[in-house]
Amino acid sequence: MALLDVKNLKKHFPVKKGVLSRTVGNVRAVDGITFTLKRGETLGLVGESGCGKTTVGRSILRLIEPTSGQITFNGQDLLGLEREALRRVRASLQIIFQDPFSSLNPRMNVGQIIAEPIKNHLKEPRAEIKNRVAYLMEKVGLHTEQISRYPHEFSGGQRQRIGIARALALNPKVIICDEPVSALDVSIQAQVINLLAQLQEQMNLSYLFIAHDLSVVEHISDRIAVMYLGRFVELATDKELYQNPQHPYSQALLSAVPVPDPEIHKQRILLEGDVPSPLNPPSGCAFHTRCPECKDVCTHEEPVFRDLGGDHWIACHLR
Amino acid sequence: MNDTKKPLLAIEALHTRFHTQDGVVNAVDGVDFNVYQGETLGLVGESGCGKSVTALSILQLLRCPPAEIQGNIRFEGVNLLNLDQEAIRKVRGSAISMIFQEPMTSLNPVLTIGEQISEAVRLHEGMRYQEAWKWAVNMLQMVQISGPRARAREYPHKLSGGMRQRAMIAMALSCNPQLLLADEPTTALDVTIQAQIMDIMVRLKEEFKTAIVLITHDLGVIAEMASRVVVMYAGKVVEEAPVKDLFKDPRHPYTRGLLGSIPVIGHKAQTGRRLQEIPGIVPRPLETPLGCRFHPRCSSVMDICRKQEPPMIHLTEYRRVNCWLEAS
Repeated sequence: MALLDVKNLKKHFPVKKGVLSRTVGNVRAVDGITFTLKRGETLGLVGESGCGKTTVGRSILRLIEPTSGQITFNGQDLLGLEREALRRVRASLQIIFQDPFSSLNPRMNVGQIIAEPIKNHLKEPRAEIKNRVAYLMEKVGLHTEQISRYPHEFSGGQRQRIGIARALALNPKVIICDEPVSALDVSIQAQVINLLAQLQEQMNLSYLFIAHDLSVVEHISDRIAVMYLGRFVELATDKELYQNPQHPYSQALLSAVPVPDPEIHKQRILLEGDVPSPLNPPSGCAFHTRCPECKDVCTHEEPVFRDLGGDHWIACHLR
Repeated sequence: MNDTKKPLLAIEALHTRFHTQDGVVNAVDGVDFNVYQGETLGLVGESGCGKSVTALSILQLLRCPPAEIQGNIRFEGVNLLNLDQEAIRKVRGSAISMIFQEPMTSLNPVLTIGEQISEAVRLHEGMRYQEAWKWAVNMLQMVQISGPRARAREYPHKLSGGMRQRAMIAMALSCNPQLLLADEPTTALDVTIQAQIMDIMVRLKEEFKTAIVLITHDLGVIAEMASRVVVMYAGKVVEEAPVKDLFKDPRHPYTRGLLGSIPVIGHKAQTGRRLQEIPGIVPRPLETPLGCRFHPRCSSVMDICRKQEPPMIHLTEYRRVNCWLEAS
């Protein structure tokens, strides 16, 4: 049974105009997403700016309220939960944010930041909490002597570790990693990626790993979903996606990634134009305006997200 | 690689310091390298290594004080640092151009794209307004902006990130510079847009025969576009090599660590889930380690590394490494 089961998730943001704030349109940020996440696995969610991947992460936690859809976590319907029940579930469903600077309260020291979720959810004596915080700090590679330091005294990579320690505080089952390494230097990225992989092994964690860097996503994920303008265009295992990408967008994305090997001369698929605005998505298949293989049907009919066989999903008329 | 031995730009003993309340930050601390005609030189390093400050120093785009630039930046036989404001202004945008990382903040929001591109040719080539405007439209066409005549009349906020970057490239190349300083030109862009921009830069470079100093932390971009690479760390040059040599046989432990730490699609099968790590962090600006700056993080550290700064060892005419390991 899947730990997290998301069906047809949608999040539309109304666009209001005029003195009376009439809703004149909708930004269809997330427009029907379906996937599952098993215990101990990492599902990567990759896409370029504006594709809606961050909104997916926040909608699952109900940090942003979904417009429609179904989210089942550990057998429980998340969208039907009342405030208090949802709060209790959130102990098992945590998040790590992209910006190591704005995601930590600058007025709380490390100890307080990591202890906060424990204090909010459990009634533990102070000594116990202090021990747990020290344990978590060591687990993420921070020196326990720094427990009274404030976020601004740490580097970006260290702050990200604080965020990870905080997310681990309540022994979660699932952690949504929202661009956790994008703001870090390359050599620090490796440290944090390794840490996340190690913790996953030790604690049997599941990750929804959201990022725009396909190299990072492919490295850490077991399965990868490619997103474009609010919809999944392809979902497959890491190996399948890398060796046998089917959707023209996935193919273009893979070919666009620069390879750190000067001996390799890639034949690039260059897409025309820019990503359309989610305020005004193209009709039919959202990708058709940039698709090198676009046919007539693509311009007016939305393709169905279906299994090609072997759990390799795709939304395309041409495959 | 280099058709003539004489470099287009020769940087020697460049020191750029910032006088701050907490002390002097030696952002660029004794850097030298050459750029040859028509080549693409990659300048690689992580935050705080001084690569952007080096580029800004070349064109004196830093406010002095608090900055203080010392050294020799020879371009066409003249030390650029000896030029006064009037003279350096004549160089900027004509002989040497620059494009920046954030196209959103580097374009003037109150001038149309056409005005900004034509400004350079009006000032440097003395073109009249109409002529310069036509030139600007032509440049927009060259960077593959569709409907260039209409686009030229638009303001930057109407353009996407990729288009703004193209507009900036058009601006930078409008006076056919000999040298283009490109500071993280694709970092802020989506990967499919990055591919478009890289393609345009390569083609324009071939057409205009411009030399490029490509500043980036992205080793994939370097592998694709650079012919030679200079690696910087904490204000110093640690390694320089032709691009193929750098990737095949990196000599400095920092370069090795950097190359090993990047995830590459498809490599997991061989290298496993664990990436190579460089332990520790880049030194804080006012906490430069004694001896070799990299020694606290180096897996091959020796006693001498902790005490004395390493010499620059020249391995071949085009390869050098700043490391005690090579000294023996």
